[in-house]
Amino acid sequence: MDFLRPASWEEALAAKAEHPTAVPIAGGTDVMVEINFDHRRPEYLLDLNRVGELREWEVGADTVRLGASVPYTQIMENLRTELPGLALASHTVASPQIRNRGGVGGNLGTASPAGDAHPALLAADCEVEVESVRGSRLIPIDAFYTGVKRNALAADELIRSVHIKKADGPQQYSKVGTRNAMVIAVCAFGIALHPETRTVRTGIGSAAPTPIRAAAAEEFLNAALEEGGFWDSRKIITPSIAKQFAQLAAGAANPIDDVRGTASYRRHAVGIMARRTLTWTWESYRGNGRTTEGVA
Amino acid sequence: MRVNFTVNGRQQEADDVWEGESLLYVLRERMGLPGSKNACEQGECGSCTVRLDGVPVCACLVAAGQVEGREVVTVEGLADFAKQRAEHGGCASGACGTPLQEAQRWRADPAKGAMDSGTGEVGGGNPDATLSPIQQAFIDAGAVQCGFCTPGLLIAADEMLEHNPQPTDADIREALSGNLCRCTGYEKILDAVRLAAARQDRQGLQEGAV
Repeated sequence: MDFLRPASWEEALAAKAEHPTAVPIAGGTDVMVEINFDHRRPEYLLDLNRVGELREWEVGADTVRLGASVPYTQIMENLRTELPGLALASHTVASPQIRNRGGVGGNLGTASPAGDAHPALLAADCEVEVESVRGSRLIPIDAFYTGVKRNALAADELIRSVHIKKADGPQQYSKVGTRNAMVIAVCAFGIALHPETRTVRTGIGSAAPTPIRAAAAEEFLNAALEEGGFWDSRKIITPSIAKQFAQLAAGAANPIDDVRGTASYRRHAVGIMARRTLTWTWESYRGNGRTTEGVA
Repeated sequence: MRVNFTVNGRQQEADDVWEGESLLYVLRERMGLPGSKNACEQGECGSCTVRLDGVPVCACLVAAGQVEGREVVTVEGLADFAKQRAEHGGCASGACGTPLQEAQRWRADPAKGAMDSGTGEVGGGNPDATLSPIQQAFIDAGAVQCGFCTPGLLIAADEMLEHNPQPTDADIREALSGNLCRCTGYEKILDAVRLAAARQDRQGLQEGAV
Protein backbone atom coordinates (compact mmCIF):
# COMPACT_ATOMS: atom_id res chain seq x y z
CA MET A 1 0.00 0.00 0.00
CA ASP A 2 1.14 3.51 -0.76
CA PHE A 3 0.09 6.63 1.10
CA LEU A 4 -0.29 9.64 -1.17
CA ARG A 5 -0.20 13.02 0.55
CA PRO A 6 -1.04 15.76 -1.94
CA ALA A 7 -0.52 19.24 -0.52
CA SER A 8 -2.99 20.92 -2.86
CA TRP A 9 -6.13 20.20 -4.87
CA GLU A 10 -4.14 20.22 -8.13
CA GLU A 11 -1.74 17.66 -6.71
CA ALA A 12 -4.66 15.54 -5.53
CA LEU A 13 -6.21 15.55 -9.02
CA ALA A 14 -2.86 14.67 -10.58
CA ALA A 15 -2.42 11.80 -8.14
CA LYS A 16 -5.92 10.48 -8.85
CA ALA A 17 -5.25 10.70 -12.60
CA GLU A 18 -2.02 8.79 -12.21
CA HIS A 19 -3.54 6.21 -9.84
CA PRO A 20 -7.26 5.83 -10.66
CA THR A 21 -7.57 2.98 -8.14
CA ALA A 22 -6.41 5.21 -5.29
CA VAL A 23 -9.00 5.37 -2.51
CA PRO A 24 -9.57 8.94 -1.29
CA ILE A 25 -9.54 9.28 2.48
CA ALA A 26 -10.68 12.41 4.31
CA GLY A 27 -12.45 11.83 7.64
CA GLY A 28 -11.63 8.14 7.36
CA THR A 29 -14.80 7.09 9.12
CA ASP A 30 -15.72 4.65 6.33
CA VAL A 31 -12.36 3.85 4.77
CA MET A 32 -10.51 3.09 8.01
CA VAL A 33 -13.22 0.70 9.18
CA GLU A 34 -12.76 -1.31 5.98
CA ILE A 35 -8.99 -1.31 6.38
CA ASN A 36 -9.10 -2.17 10.10
CA PHE A 37 -11.31 -5.16 9.33
CA ASP A 38 -9.27 -6.24 6.36
CA HIS A 39 -12.24 -5.80 4.04
CA ARG A 40 -10.20 -3.63 1.79
CA ARG A 41 -6.53 -3.35 0.91
CA PRO A 42 -6.31 -0.48 -1.56
CA GLU A 43 -3.12 -0.13 -3.52
CA TYR A 44 -3.09 3.58 -2.78
CA LEU A 45 -4.64 5.74 -0.08
CA LEU A 46 -5.10 9.32 -1.20
CA ASP A 47 -5.14 11.56 1.85
CA LEU A 48 -7.17 14.73 1.32
CA ASN A 49 -6.65 16.23 4.77
CA ARG A 50 -3.98 18.60 3.58
CA VAL A 51 -6.23 20.12 0.91
CA GLY A 52 -7.53 23.08 2.87
CA GLU A 53 -10.22 24.27 0.45
CA LEU A 54 -12.14 21.02 0.92
CA ARG A 55 -12.88 22.12 4.49
CA GLU A 56 -14.25 25.53 3.45
CA TRP A 57 -17.72 26.67 2.49
CA GLU A 58 -19.04 29.73 0.70
CA VAL A 59 -22.53 31.10 1.15
CA GLY A 60 -23.66 32.61 -2.16
CA ALA A 61 -26.87 34.34 -3.20
CA ASP A 62 -28.80 31.17 -3.97
CA THR A 63 -26.54 28.30 -3.04
CA VAL A 64 -24.01 27.18 -0.49
CA ARG A 65 -20.85 25.71 -1.95
CA LEU A 66 -20.00 23.18 0.72
CA GLY A 67 -16.49 21.73 0.61
CA ALA A 68 -16.45 17.94 0.50
CA SER A 69 -14.59 17.59 3.81
CA VAL A 70 -16.43 20.18 5.90
CA PRO A 71 -17.12 18.14 9.04
CA TYR A 72 -20.73 17.53 10.05
CA THR A 73 -20.04 19.40 13.28
CA GLN A 74 -19.31 22.55 11.27
CA ILE A 75 -22.48 22.13 9.20
CA MET A 76 -24.54 21.83 12.40
CA GLU A 77 -22.90 24.85 13.99
CA ASN A 78 -22.58 27.20 11.04
CA LEU A 79 -25.10 26.37 8.33
CA ARG A 80 -28.32 25.74 10.23
CA THR A 81 -30.04 28.74 8.65
CA GLU A 82 -28.98 28.12 5.07
CA LEU A 83 -29.17 24.33 5.12
CA PRO A 84 -31.59 23.38 7.90
CA GLY A 85 -32.36 19.91 6.53
CA LEU A 86 -28.72 18.99 6.15
CA ALA A 87 -27.90 20.44 9.58
CA LEU A 88 -30.57 18.22 11.13
CA ALA A 89 -29.30 15.21 9.20
CA SER A 90 -25.73 16.01 10.30
CA HIS A 91 -26.85 15.98 13.91
CA THR A 92 -28.02 12.38 13.52
CA VAL A 93 -24.65 11.18 12.23
CA ALA A 94 -23.06 8.71 14.65
CA SER A 95 -21.34 10.57 17.51
CA PRO A 96 -19.46 13.82 18.17
CA GLN A 97 -16.16 12.10 17.40
CA ILE A 98 -17.41 10.91 14.01
CA ARG A 99 -19.10 14.23 13.21
CA ASN A 100 -15.78 15.96 13.89
CA ARG A 101 -14.17 13.98 11.07
CA GLY A 102 -16.79 12.94 8.55
CA GLY A 103 -18.26 15.15 5.84
CA VAL A 104 -20.72 15.10 2.96
CA GLY A 105 -18.01 14.20 0.43
CA GLY A 106 -17.52 10.88 2.19
CA ASN A 107 -21.24 10.12 2.22
CA LEU A 108 -21.39 10.85 -1.51
CA GLY A 109 -18.20 8.95 -2.31
CA THR A 110 -19.35 5.88 -0.43
CA ALA A 111 -22.90 6.31 -1.78
CA SER A 112 -24.36 3.91 0.75
CA PRO A 113 -28.17 4.06 0.72
CA ALA A 114 -27.90 4.52 4.50
CA GLY A 115 -25.75 7.66 4.34
CA ASP A 116 -27.43 10.25 6.57
CA ALA A 117 -26.82 13.24 4.31
CA HIS A 118 -28.52 11.85 1.20
CA PRO A 119 -32.21 12.44 2.00
CA ALA A 120 -31.43 16.04 3.00
CA LEU A 121 -29.40 16.65 -0.15
CA LEU A 122 -32.13 15.20 -2.36
CA ALA A 123 -34.82 17.28 -0.65
CA ALA A 124 -32.88 20.55 -0.73
CA ASP A 125 -31.73 19.96 -4.32
CA CYS A 126 -28.07 20.25 -5.13
CA GLU A 127 -25.33 19.59 -7.62
CA VAL A 128 -22.16 17.68 -6.85
CA GLU A 129 -19.02 19.42 -8.12
CA VAL A 130 -16.54 16.82 -9.26
CA GLU A 131 -13.20 17.42 -10.89
CA SER A 132 -10.37 15.63 -12.62
CA VAL A 133 -7.33 16.77 -14.57
CA ARG A 134 -9.70 16.71 -17.57
CA GLY A 135 -11.89 19.38 -16.06
CA SER A 136 -14.73 20.07 -13.69
CA ARG A 137 -18.43 19.21 -13.93
CA LEU A 138 -21.59 19.54 -11.88
CA ILE A 139 -23.65 16.38 -11.44
CA PRO A 140 -27.30 16.93 -10.45
CA ILE A 141 -28.01 15.00 -7.27
CA ASP A 142 -30.84 13.14 -9.03
CA ALA A 143 -28.28 11.64 -11.42
CA PHE A 144 -25.56 11.01 -8.84
CA TYR A 145 -26.57 7.71 -7.24
CA THR A 146 -26.28 4.94 -9.82
CA GLY A 147 -26.53 1.75 -7.75
CA VAL A 148 -25.85 0.20 -4.37
CA LYS A 149 -22.72 2.02 -3.20
CA ARG A 150 -22.16 3.29 -6.72
CA ASN A 151 -22.11 6.83 -7.98
CA ALA A 152 -21.60 8.79 -11.18
CA LEU A 153 -17.92 9.55 -10.55
CA ALA A 154 -15.35 8.58 -13.16
CA ALA A 155 -12.25 6.76 -11.90
CA ASP A 156 -10.06 9.85 -12.14
CA GLU A 157 -12.54 12.24 -10.53
CA LEU A 158 -12.68 13.57 -6.98
CA ILE A 159 -15.56 15.32 -5.22
CA ARG A 160 -14.68 18.97 -4.69
CA SER A 161 -17.88 20.34 -3.18
CA VAL A 162 -21.66 20.26 -3.20
CA HIS A 163 -23.63 23.26 -4.43
CA ILE A 164 -26.75 23.13 -2.29
CA LYS A 165 -29.77 25.39 -2.77
CA LYS A 166 -30.22 27.66 0.23
CA ALA A 167 -33.46 26.94 2.04
CA ASP A 168 -36.35 29.10 0.84
CA GLY A 169 -38.76 27.39 3.24
CA PRO A 170 -38.92 24.96 6.14
CA GLN A 171 -37.02 21.67 5.95
CA GLN A 172 -37.15 18.60 8.13
CA TYR A 173 -35.33 15.34 8.57
CA SER A 174 -36.32 12.18 10.36
CA LYS A 175 -34.41 8.98 11.00
CA VAL A 176 -35.36 5.66 12.55
CA GLY A 177 -32.80 3.84 14.67
CA THR A 178 -32.50 1.93 17.90
CA ARG A 179 -31.00 4.79 19.84
CA ASN A 180 -30.45 8.50 19.50
CA ALA A 181 -26.77 8.18 18.64
CA MET A 182 -24.38 5.81 16.92
CA VAL A 183 -26.93 4.25 14.64
CA ILE A 184 -26.97 3.47 10.97
CA ALA A 185 -30.40 4.48 9.77
CA VAL A 186 -33.03 1.75 9.61
CA CYS A 187 -34.59 4.27 7.28
CA ALA A 188 -34.68 8.05 6.97
CA PHE A 189 -36.76 10.75 5.36
CA GLY A 190 -35.99 14.32 4.34
CA ILE A 191 -38.42 16.97 3.17
CA ALA A 192 -38.01 20.54 1.96
CA LEU A 193 -40.76 23.03 1.17
CA HIS A 194 -39.80 25.37 -1.65
CA PRO A 195 -42.37 28.19 -1.50
CA GLU A 196 -40.57 30.16 -4.23
CA THR A 197 -41.30 27.47 -6.79
CA ARG A 198 -44.31 26.13 -4.91
CA THR A 199 -42.88 22.67 -4.83
CA VAL A 200 -42.01 20.10 -2.22
CA ARG A 201 -39.00 17.82 -2.55
CA THR A 202 -38.26 14.67 -0.61
CA GLY A 203 -35.49 12.17 0.01
CA ILE A 204 -35.64 8.61 1.31
CA GLY A 205 -32.66 6.86 2.84
CA SER A 206 -31.99 3.20 3.61
CA ALA A 207 -35.17 1.99 1.98
CA ALA A 208 -34.08 1.28 -1.59
CA PRO A 209 -30.83 0.27 -3.36
CA THR A 210 -29.92 3.95 -3.59
CA PRO A 211 -31.12 7.11 -1.88
CA ILE A 212 -34.24 8.13 -3.79
CA ARG A 213 -36.90 10.79 -4.02
CA ALA A 214 -40.53 9.92 -3.49
CA ALA A 215 -41.42 11.22 -6.94
CA ALA A 216 -45.08 10.20 -7.06
CA ALA A 217 -45.67 11.57 -3.57
CA GLU A 218 -44.08 14.88 -4.54
CA GLU A 219 -46.18 15.12 -7.71
CA PHE A 220 -49.38 14.38 -5.86
CA LEU A 221 -48.61 16.86 -3.09
CA ASN A 222 -47.51 19.63 -5.46
CA ALA A 223 -50.77 19.28 -7.39
CA ALA A 224 -52.91 19.05 -4.25
CA LEU A 225 -51.31 22.13 -2.68
CA GLU A 226 -51.71 24.10 -5.91
CA GLU A 227 -55.33 23.08 -6.50
CA GLY A 228 -56.31 23.76 -2.92
CA GLY A 229 -54.59 27.15 -2.89
CA PHE A 230 -52.63 26.09 0.18
CA TRP A 231 -49.49 28.10 -0.61
CA ASP A 232 -51.47 31.37 -0.47
CA SER A 233 -54.03 30.54 2.18
CA ARG A 234 -51.48 28.75 4.39
CA LYS A 235 -54.35 26.72 5.74
CA ILE A 236 -53.83 23.49 7.59
CA ILE A 237 -53.01 20.44 5.46
CA THR A 238 -56.09 18.32 4.95
CA PRO A 239 -55.59 14.96 6.71
CA SER A 240 -56.54 13.10 3.55
CA ILE A 241 -53.78 14.87 1.62
CA ALA A 242 -51.20 14.04 4.29
CA LYS A 243 -52.40 10.44 4.32
CA GLN A 244 -52.19 10.08 0.56
CA PHE A 245 -48.73 11.69 0.56
CA ALA A 246 -47.57 9.22 3.22
CA GLN A 247 -48.93 6.24 1.30
CA LEU A 248 -47.23 7.32 -1.91
CA ALA A 249 -43.94 7.92 -0.05
CA ALA A 250 -44.14 4.43 1.46
CA GLY A 251 -44.87 3.10 -2.01
CA ALA A 252 -41.74 4.76 -3.39
CA ALA A 253 -39.61 2.75 -0.99
CA ASN A 254 -38.15 -0.48 -2.24
CA PRO A 255 -36.55 -1.85 0.90
CA ILE A 256 -35.00 -5.15 1.89
CA ASP A 257 -35.05 -7.27 5.05
CA ASP A 258 -31.78 -7.07 6.89
CA VAL A 259 -30.35 -7.07 10.42
CA ARG A 260 -31.54 -3.53 11.06
CA GLY A 261 -35.16 -4.03 10.06
CA THR A 262 -37.63 -5.74 7.80
CA ALA A 263 -38.79 -4.42 4.46
CA SER A 264 -42.36 -4.06 5.64
CA TYR A 265 -41.30 -2.16 8.75
CA ARG A 266 -39.18 0.18 6.66
CA ARG A 267 -42.02 0.85 4.24
CA HIS A 268 -44.37 1.53 7.13
CA ALA A 269 -41.87 3.82 8.86
CA VAL A 270 -41.20 5.81 5.69
CA GLY A 271 -44.92 6.56 5.46
CA ILE A 272 -45.06 7.67 9.09
CA MET A 273 -42.01 9.89 8.72
CA ALA A 274 -43.38 11.40 5.51
CA ARG A 275 -46.63 12.37 7.22
CA ARG A 276 -44.93 13.72 10.32
CA THR A 277 -42.25 15.74 8.55
CA LEU A 278 -44.85 17.16 6.15
CA THR A 279 -46.90 18.29 9.14
CA TRP A 280 -43.88 19.81 10.90
CA THR A 281 -42.69 21.72 7.86
CA TRP A 282 -46.16 22.86 6.87
CA GLU A 283 -46.97 24.09 10.37
CA SER A 284 -43.67 25.93 10.27
CA TYR A 285 -44.63 27.46 6.90
CA ARG A 286 -47.94 28.54 8.39
CA GLY A 287 -45.94 30.42 10.98
CA ASN A 288 -47.02 28.60 14.09
CA GLY A 289 -45.05 25.43 13.90
CA ARG A 290 -41.93 24.15 15.49
CA THR A 291 -38.74 25.45 14.07
CA THR A 292 -35.68 23.36 13.38
CA GLU A 293 -34.14 24.48 16.65
CA GLY A 294 -33.81 21.69 19.14
CA VAL A 295 -35.16 19.02 16.87
CA ALA A 296 -33.12 15.88 16.25
CA MET B 1 6.76 5.35 6.05
CA ARG B 2 7.81 7.84 8.69
CA VAL B 3 5.33 10.03 10.54
CA ASN B 4 6.29 13.13 12.53
CA PHE B 5 3.74 14.60 14.85
CA THR B 6 3.25 16.08 18.28
CA VAL B 7 2.06 13.81 21.06
CA ASN B 8 1.13 15.42 24.35
CA GLY B 9 3.04 18.57 23.51
CA ARG B 10 6.26 16.83 22.46
CA GLN B 11 7.54 16.22 18.96
CA GLN B 12 7.60 12.50 18.14
CA GLU B 13 8.60 10.36 15.22
CA ALA B 14 7.26 6.97 14.25
CA ASP B 15 9.21 4.82 11.81
CA ASP B 16 8.26 1.89 9.61
CA VAL B 17 4.60 2.79 9.87
CA TRP B 18 2.43 0.69 7.56
CA GLU B 19 0.39 2.88 5.24
CA GLY B 20 -2.93 1.45 6.36
CA GLU B 21 -2.11 1.74 10.03
CA SER B 22 -4.31 3.76 12.38
CA LEU B 23 -3.20 6.51 14.71
CA LEU B 24 -4.39 4.26 17.54
CA TYR B 25 -1.99 1.49 16.54
CA VAL B 26 0.91 3.95 16.35
CA LEU B 27 0.11 5.33 19.80
CA ARG B 28 -0.30 1.96 21.47
CA GLU B 29 2.15 -0.30 19.69
CA ARG B 30 4.87 2.04 18.46
CA MET B 31 4.90 4.68 21.18
CA GLY B 32 3.99 2.52 24.14
CA LEU B 33 0.98 4.64 25.09
CA PRO B 34 -1.78 2.12 25.86
CA GLY B 35 -4.06 4.66 27.55
CA SER B 36 -6.17 5.02 24.40
CA LYS B 37 -8.02 1.73 24.29
CA ASN B 38 -8.47 -0.54 21.31
CA ALA B 39 -11.91 -2.11 21.19
CA CYS B 40 -14.30 -1.88 18.25
CA GLU B 41 -11.91 -0.46 15.63
CA GLN B 42 -14.92 1.05 13.85
CA GLY B 43 -15.69 4.25 15.70
CA GLU B 44 -18.61 2.78 17.64
CA CYS B 45 -17.24 2.73 21.17
CA GLY B 46 -15.13 5.87 21.63
CA SER B 47 -12.57 4.06 23.81
CA CYS B 48 -9.75 5.37 21.62
CA THR B 49 -10.86 9.02 21.73
CA VAL B 50 -7.95 11.48 21.54
CA ARG B 51 -7.67 15.16 20.68
CA LEU B 52 -6.42 15.81 17.15
CA ASP B 53 -5.57 19.50 16.78
CA GLY B 54 -7.88 20.02 19.74
CA VAL B 55 -10.82 18.08 18.32
CA PRO B 56 -11.99 14.78 19.84
CA VAL B 57 -11.73 11.97 17.31
CA CYS B 58 -11.59 8.19 17.28
CA ALA B 59 -7.89 7.38 16.88
CA CYS B 60 -8.82 4.07 15.25
CA LEU B 61 -10.34 5.93 12.29
CA VAL B 62 -7.46 8.31 11.65
CA ALA B 63 -4.83 6.97 9.27
CA ALA B 64 -1.38 7.39 10.78
CA GLY B 65 -0.18 9.29 7.74
CA GLN B 66 -2.93 11.86 8.25
CA VAL B 67 -1.42 13.10 11.53
CA GLU B 68 1.84 14.25 9.94
CA GLY B 69 2.64 17.66 11.44
CA ARG B 70 -0.43 17.67 13.67
CA GLU B 71 -1.02 17.66 17.41
CA VAL B 72 -2.40 14.74 19.38
CA VAL B 73 -3.30 14.69 23.06
CA THR B 74 -3.90 11.33 24.72
CA VAL B 75 -5.16 10.51 28.18
CA GLU B 76 -1.55 10.17 29.36
CA GLY B 77 -1.04 13.86 28.62
CA LEU B 78 -4.44 15.02 29.81
CA ALA B 79 -3.30 16.12 33.27
CA ASP B 80 -0.56 18.33 31.88
CA PHE B 81 -2.81 19.55 29.06
CA ALA B 82 -5.46 20.61 31.59
CA LYS B 83 -2.81 22.23 33.78
CA GLN B 84 -1.39 24.31 30.92
CA ARG B 85 -4.89 25.35 29.93
CA ALA B 86 -5.77 26.40 33.47
CA GLU B 87 -2.54 28.30 34.05
CA HIS B 88 -1.69 29.76 30.67
CA GLY B 89 -4.74 29.15 28.50
CA GLY B 90 -2.73 26.50 26.63
CA CYS B 91 0.87 25.72 25.83
CA ALA B 92 2.28 28.85 24.23
CA SER B 93 5.99 28.18 24.66
CA GLY B 94 5.94 24.70 23.17
CA ALA B 95 8.19 23.61 26.04
CA CYS B 96 5.39 22.11 28.10
CA GLY B 97 3.77 18.77 27.52
CA THR B 98 4.38 15.25 28.73
CA PRO B 99 7.61 13.53 27.61
CA LEU B 100 7.07 10.14 26.02
CA GLN B 101 8.87 8.25 28.78
CA GLU B 102 6.78 9.88 31.45
CA ALA B 103 3.63 9.31 29.45
CA GLN B 104 4.52 5.64 29.11
CA ARG B 105 4.91 5.35 32.87
CA TRP B 106 2.00 7.62 33.66
CA ARG B 107 0.13 6.47 36.71
CA ALA B 108 -2.56 8.32 38.53
CA ASP B 109 -1.82 9.23 42.11
CA PRO B 110 -5.18 10.10 43.61
CA ALA B 111 -3.47 11.01 46.89
CA LYS B 112 -2.07 14.05 45.15
CA GLY B 113 -5.48 15.15 44.01
CA ALA B 114 -6.39 17.33 41.08
CA MET B 115 -4.15 20.28 40.52
CA ASP B 116 -6.69 23.00 40.86
CA SER B 117 -9.07 21.50 43.34
CA GLY B 118 -6.66 22.75 45.99
CA THR B 119 -6.23 19.40 47.70
CA GLY B 120 -2.72 18.58 46.60
CA GLU B 121 0.50 19.86 45.20
CA VAL B 122 1.66 19.87 41.64
CA GLY B 123 3.39 16.70 40.51
CA GLY B 124 6.22 18.48 38.67
CA GLY B 125 7.57 15.91 36.24
CA ASN B 126 6.72 12.98 38.42
CA PRO B 127 5.09 10.28 36.32
CA ASP B 128 2.88 9.51 39.29
CA ALA B 129 1.12 12.58 38.25
CA THR B 130 -1.35 14.98 39.62
CA LEU B 131 -4.76 14.45 38.09
CA SER B 132 -6.70 16.72 35.81
CA PRO B 133 -9.95 17.96 37.35
CA ILE B 134 -12.02 15.58 35.22
CA GLN B 135 -9.91 12.61 36.30
CA GLN B 136 -10.28 13.58 39.96
CA ALA B 137 -14.03 13.96 39.50
CA PHE B 138 -14.29 10.48 37.97
CA ILE B 139 -12.55 9.02 41.03
CA ASP B 140 -14.54 11.06 43.52
CA ALA B 141 -17.85 10.18 41.90
CA GLY B 142 -17.03 6.49 41.58
CA ALA B 143 -17.33 6.69 37.81
CA VAL B 144 -14.60 4.14 37.12
CA GLN B 145 -15.71 0.55 37.13
CA CYS B 146 -13.68 -1.77 34.90
CA GLY B 147 -11.97 1.34 33.57
CA PHE B 148 -11.80 0.40 29.92
CA CYS B 149 -14.03 3.19 28.67
CA THR B 150 -12.60 5.74 31.11
CA PRO B 151 -9.77 7.24 29.00
CA GLY B 152 -12.08 7.97 26.08
CA LEU B 153 -14.73 9.39 28.37
CA LEU B 154 -12.17 11.61 30.10
CA ILE B 155 -11.00 13.10 26.81
CA ALA B 156 -14.56 13.63 25.57
CA ALA B 157 -15.82 15.08 28.86
CA ASP B 158 -12.79 17.34 29.30
CA GLU B 159 -13.24 18.76 25.81
CA MET B 160 -16.91 19.47 26.43
CA LEU B 161 -16.20 21.28 29.71
CA GLU B 162 -13.55 23.33 27.91
CA HIS B 163 -16.07 25.02 25.66
CA ASN B 164 -19.25 24.41 27.64
CA PRO B 165 -18.47 25.03 31.32
CA GLN B 166 -22.08 24.82 32.46
CA PRO B 167 -23.53 21.89 30.59
CA THR B 168 -27.09 20.67 30.97
CA ASP B 169 -27.69 16.96 31.39
CA ALA B 170 -28.69 16.84 27.74
CA ASP B 171 -25.39 18.49 26.77
CA ILE B 172 -23.44 15.91 28.77
CA ARG B 173 -25.37 13.01 27.30
CA GLU B 174 -24.83 14.30 23.80
CA ALA B 175 -21.11 14.97 24.33
CA LEU B 176 -20.63 11.44 25.66
CA SER B 177 -22.96 9.73 23.20
CA GLY B 178 -20.00 8.34 21.26
CA ASN B 179 -18.51 6.58 24.28
CA LEU B 180 -19.84 3.21 25.36
CA CYS B 181 -19.55 1.83 28.89
CA ARG B 182 -20.26 -1.89 28.90
CA CYS B 183 -20.44 -1.90 32.72
CA THR B 184 -23.36 0.48 32.14
CA GLY B 185 -21.98 2.83 34.76
CA TYR B 186 -23.46 5.85 33.05
CA GLU B 187 -25.16 7.37 36.08
CA LYS B 188 -21.87 7.70 37.96
CA ILE B 189 -20.19 8.99 34.83
CA LEU B 190 -22.84 11.69 34.53
CA ASP B 191 -22.33 12.47 38.22
CA ALA B 192 -18.60 12.84 37.62
CA VAL B 193 -19.04 15.29 34.77
CA ARG B 194 -21.57 17.32 36.77
CA LEU B 195 -19.08 17.34 39.67
CA ALA B 196 -16.23 18.51 37.46
CA ALA B 197 -18.46 21.23 36.01
CA ALA B 198 -19.52 22.40 39.47
CA ARG B 199 -15.91 22.51 40.68
CA GLN B 200 -14.82 24.36 37.57
CA ASP B 201 -17.65 26.82 38.11
CA ARG B 202 -16.68 27.35 41.75
CA GLN B 203 -13.04 27.76 40.79
CA GLY B 204 -14.05 30.39 38.23
CA LEU B 205 -16.13 32.25 40.82
CA GLN B 206 -13.26 32.26 43.30
CA GLU B 207 -10.83 33.52 40.70
CA GLY B 208 -13.33 36.13 39.61
CA ALA B 209 -13.64 37.35 43.19
CA VAL B 210 -9.91 37.95 43.64
